[in-house]
Amino acid sequence: MPERTATIASRSGLHARPAALFAEAAGNAGVDVTISMQGEPADEALDAASILSLMTLGAAKGDVVVLRADGDGADQALDSLVALLETDLDAE
Amino acid sequence: MQNFPGVGVSPGRIIGTIRQMPKPISEPPAGEQLPAGVTAEDATAALKTASQAVHDELKARAAHATGDGKAVLEATALMAKDTMLIKGAAKLVARGVSSERAIWESGSSVSEMLHNLGGYMAERATDVLDVRARIVAELRGVPAPGIPASNTPFVLVAEDLAPADTATLDPNKVLALVTAGGGPQSHTAIIARSLGLPAVVAAVGVDQLPDGMEVYVDGAAGTITAEPDESLRAAAEAWAATASLLAEFSGTGATADGHLVPLLANVGGGKDAEAAAKLGAQGVGLFRTEFCFLERDTEPSVEEQAAAYKSVFDAFPGKKVVLRTLDAGADKPLPFLTDSTEPNPALGVRGYRTDFTTPGVLDRQLEAIALAEKQSEADVWVMAPMISTAEEAARFASMCADAGIKTPGVMVEVPSAALTAEAILREVGFASLGTNDLTQYAMAADRQLGPLAALNTPWQPAVLRLVGLTVEGSRAEGHNKPVGVCGEAAADPALAVVLTGLGVSTLSMTARSLAAVAAVLKTVTLAEAQDLAKLALSAPSATEARAWVREKLPVLNELGL
Repeated sequence: MPERTATIASRSGLHARPAALFAEAAGNAGVDVTISMQGEPADEALDAASILSLMTLGAAKGDVVVLRADGDGADQALDSLVALLETDLDAE
Repeated sequence: MQNFPGVGVSPGRIIGTIRQMPKPISEPPAGEQLPAGVTAEDATAALKTASQAVHDELKARAAHATGDGKAVLEATALMAKDTMLIKGAAKLVARGVSSERAIWESGSSVSEMLHNLGGYMAERATDVLDVRARIVAELRGVPAPGIPASNTPFVLVAEDLAPADTATLDPNKVLALVTAGGGPQSHTAIIARSLGLPAVVAAVGVDQLPDGMEVYVDGAAGTITAEPDESLRAAAEAWAATASLLAEFSGTGATADGHLVPLLANVGGGKDAEAAAKLGAQGVGLFRTEFCFLERDTEPSVEEQAAAYKSVFDAFPGKKVVLRTLDAGADKPLPFLTDSTEPNPALGVRGYRTDFTTPGVLDRQLEAIALAEKQSEADVWVMAPMISTAEEAARFASMCADAGIKTPGVMVEVPSAALTAEAILREVGFASLGTNDLTQYAMAADRQLGPLAALNTPWQPAVLRLVGLTVEGSRAEGHNKPVGVCGEAAADPALAVVLTGLGVSTLSMTARSLAAVAAVLKTVTLAEAQDLAKLALSAPSATEARAWVREKLPVLNELGL
């Protein structure tokens, strides 16, 4: 299954507005995407399109997360989601 | 023209169309099952459709919002169709639970989880509950709860408003507040005065008026008129002209003959205090410190409290700021201080009394106040709420002395404190009359109850007599200790004249009312105010007391107050 790591760039972490923007993008990705903190087992990964899951993940700026997805277009979807996480969304 | 009489609680004459506040969404009963003939698949599909509809509605509202409000609405919209929330509900539906009950329970567990995470997540826990109520409303086919969304300003009609509604009430969208229930001291009245919106409470029947109907609201006379005629339109236009004159306060409260009555502001925090200073308040007569504590599960640290207090002190350098120590209990519960199972919270462990059951919190608050005072230039006075005896006053004074606070005082809200004011004032430096609670306790009438609105007015001669007795107690004590008023009564310009006549030395009110009170006060001499106080005391009823005094103050009608 394709997977990518990404370092959270937003100052407030994956909370509030950055979480909303990311959850929305993950929901529109066309494939099911999961997210977990680096080093956590894949079967405990959370739904990346769920803002409530993202909030419970509690990823802060500088934390490394793992995104996973399967199926057609998974690689492209993961690439664009990684780019989103590595942008400081609070700065926009 | 159909007329609905109520109780006017905030002046202003305005014409607008009605929007009814939807009833709160009731909890679907525990154990509610899917109706016969509805499969779990159908119910889950209906749930998803409803959640999508709520998402779309919130998303559309976010498009019109700006700043923090927009971010919160966008995040809330996503919560409405969140897989965690919906999957949790779908599992329950698969076991035969009704879709309404399922989303209710799923929302509870998600909200509790966020709550337990603390910090920013805990603040979002209530958003999940809001989303849950909206989905249940959608499933039931009833209007979403909360203040209606509208692009055009409207007259908000409700049964009563809760403190939480203030946060979502946009003063640019609401022209006036009208409630079928509530009394003159209800939250609706307090919210309306603080926002400067005309308001009428306890107007029976208004909750039956249809959305979109045009009405005339007179917040001074206390009437709502359906389908207003030309004369009422002219009255509303005339008010718009005088209202701008009533927005300015010179910064010195005095009678026509120069008897000074400092006009102070009631504030809840730093922002309020800055706004009050801009409106010319001569100091703060009531700083409600519990607003720094509300919605907290645990007690804020001494440093955190000190910072919050200092933000208020800094708005009034060199001026008087009177803090009221934590007034939790009854309608303002705090999880770490109050017992929510009390059968009669208004008569329970509240205000100063929480020190009996949870000692330490008050000591630490006094420590924080003393710390903030050292770092600021305000003249800080501190008073305890719900003092009933001279013994309690003495104990509070010694606690203040231990903390290094120079000017301790008491609130006079319990009738026993008014009756023993002389003995109480021997122990402390000042007294401040909280007329809202003093009225509720003197009349034995819950201030939130619409049917008791007529009893629950500070115009009751019994209440005015208690005010007079407190002033007499101060005179008998012999050191000319100040007796102020910091209840809603001080914001009523006619009553402000009566209170001045009774010998009250300062009046503290919502800052929006300062200009109107000052304008009326400067039209009477102290001797005239004393005559009006005697007249009010001699009235057989609150209605007559008010009518007799108003008749002698023609300026009220000229100003539309």
